[in-house]
Amino acid sequence: MRPADTIVYAMRSLGSNTVRTVLMLLAMSIGVASVVLLTGIGNGARLYIVDQFSSLGTNLVIIIPGRAETASNTPATLVGQTPRELTLDDMKALQHGDMVGRIAPLTIGELNADRQGKERQVPVLGSTASMLDIHHLKMESGTFLPDEGADIARPVCVIGAKLYQELFGQAPALNEVIRLGGFRCRVIGILASQGRSLGFDTQEMVVVPVAFAQMIFDNHGLFRILVEAKDQSSIDRLKHFISRTIKKLHYGEEDITIITQDSVLKTFDKMLRVLTLTVGGIAAISLFVAGILIMNVMLMSVAQRTAEIGLCKALGASNFQIMALLVSEALLLSAIGGLSGILLGFAGAWITVQFYPTLQTTPPFWAVAAAMATALSTGLLFSLLPARRAACLDPIQALARH
Amino acid sequence: MIELRDVSRIFSVGGQEVRAMDRVSLAIEPGEYISIMGPSGSGKSTLLNIIGLLDTPDSGTYLLEGREVTSLADHQLAEIRSRKIGFIFQFFHLIPRLTAVQNIELPLMLAGVAKKQRGRISARLIEEFGLASRHSHRPDELSGGQRQRVAIARAVANQPAVLLADEPTGNLDRASGAEIIDLLEDLNRRGQTLVVVTHDPEIGERAGRCIRVVDGRITDDSRRD
Ligand SMILES: Nc1ncnc2c1ncn2[C@@H]1O[C@H](COP(=O)(O)OP(=O)(O)OP(=O)(O)O)[C@@H](O)[C@H]1O
Ligand SMILES: [Mg+2]
Repeated sequence: MRPADTIVYAMRSLGSNTVRTVLMLLAMSIGVASVVLLTGIGNGARLYIVDQFSSLGTNLVIIIPGRAETASNTPATLVGQTPRELTLDDMKALQHGDMVGRIAPLTIGELNADRQGKERQVPVLGSTASMLDIHHLKMESGTFLPDEGADIARPVCVIGAKLYQELFGQAPALNEVIRLGGFRCRVIGILASQGRSLGFDTQEMVVVPVAFAQMIFDNHGLFRILVEAKDQSSIDRLKHFISRTIKKLHYGEEDITIITQDSVLKTFDKMLRVLTLTVGGIAAISLFVAGILIMNVMLMSVAQRTAEIGLCKALGASNFQIMALLVSEALLLSAIGGLSGILLGFAGAWITVQFYPTLQTTPPFWAVAAAMATALSTGLLFSLLPARRAACLDPIQALARH
Repeated sequence: MIELRDVSRIFSVGGQEVRAMDRVSLAIEPGEYISIMGPSGSGKSTLLNIIGLLDTPDSGTYLLEGREVTSLADHQLAEIRSRKIGFIFQFFHLIPRLTAVQNIELPLMLAGVAKKQRGRISARLIEEFGLASRHSHRPDELSGGQRQRVAIARAVANQPAVLLADEPTGNLDRASGAEIIDLLEDLNRRGQTLVVVTHDPEIGERAGRCIRVVDGRITDDSRRD
């Protein structure tokens, strides 16, 4: 029997019992649709989070003083030395690396900010002009820190929007003077409110030149150095360059920890992929249920079509041909059910996007392929038993039943 | 062409043995017209099923065109059934969802004959058996006689070596029964080997050779000259 004829025959057989066929198609397509839709949503969530993180800059490398994991094993800690501080000199040495894009130092402290008797405890960040771009800060008005040498302790500050309201109310603040921990400084800009950044509420914080911050904190150690690699591919080389350079400056001691935005992102990415896979797997169970339905309906159909099967044998169909006929019926059903399920799933994904535009629910290609493959193999697997039963029918008895 | 030697077929029902065929020997030559008669349960259908390779003997040998066929594998038997045997049944056994043409083409399709070729063959048969006006009707839209004519067309579509009919008129009124017998005899006159099982002595006696079966044995085998 020719393959094309087998398919036509299977189609006619499916077409002859519409209710049965539609029910099985429905079960199959709902199974496939739920795999497609759920993995789509999972994938959307992953893309959303990846996107949120990459807005911070995926090329970012953060240098932290002190060695995180192996701190207790270094000779320095054994003889009771605390790790050497990160300094502006370290930053300057790094500045000239050829993979280094932007670079910014960071010191942090809590200080009293006051103006005309109004007083507030605020987080103060010391940094340089490049911080604006590295951390995607936005200005409401005025300017950010002046782009000049990091050593210059110019007494100026940029304040958060909420702090501005609390200290100034509606009054203009630019070029006004406030006191930070007793030091006078001039307000040169106000930050736009955009939630949290670096773990601080951008609405409340104050940003000052790093040298000025070191002066008011009376501390020359840096909290962090933020380095942006020129491109993603040079991150590894950049990390090597940083540890080599700092080691040289710190008398052979590699007393820093380097973390990348990328590694954090990768962890999240992996977690959400696993989640998507799990959700998809759970949805695949419905495909299994569809398979069992197909098996039952096919067993029924074999019982109903006993005479037909016996006849085909009398007309010269081999056992194998009989099996092939029934298996193709199931495969056809799975294929049509699978395809309509994919359409249904994509329609569902599209509707989800209409309601939650931030969630880009694009079902991943692998999930669509896997759902289709599962549908087909379910059809194959669960039709084998009914097909075998049909093939083993005794044609004489099958024809005798009338 | 067909030769059975000492063929037996034994069924065991509830621990009891039923000899549906008891050491039957029989030779059929090409172009013969044979009727098989006998009381109910005597083993006529069993004999026909064994000739048609739907059933296998428990003992004895069966040579079809000189080839021993008792020990062949399923796909080989299917192949022979497809090319050498044509079956006609009392209850027609047409597939209800298929049209007359599609029913006629079914054995051709199973044999892997190309669509065009199938169309040519079925068109010729439809014409020949006077079914032209009914060719896309489904079985439930046909009369009993028409159904049996479709079944005969189906049986001869693959130009079988032998046509086996098990009570082909058993489910028809007299007039359509006579028509069907005319049709079969016409085929036989053109060289088709024909074996008909029947209860109707009038029909049985028309055959060139009458075989009588009682209790699984051939008790009479007479040729008419
Ligand atoms: N599958 C079977 N299992 C058990 N016994 C069977 C089977 N098939 C046939 N028999 C028995 O074998 C004997 C011959 O049956 P067969 O059908 O060949 O008779 P028949 O001559 O065709 O009868 P009828 O004229 O009623 O069709 C009967 O006794 C029947 O009961
Ligand atoms: Mg019988």
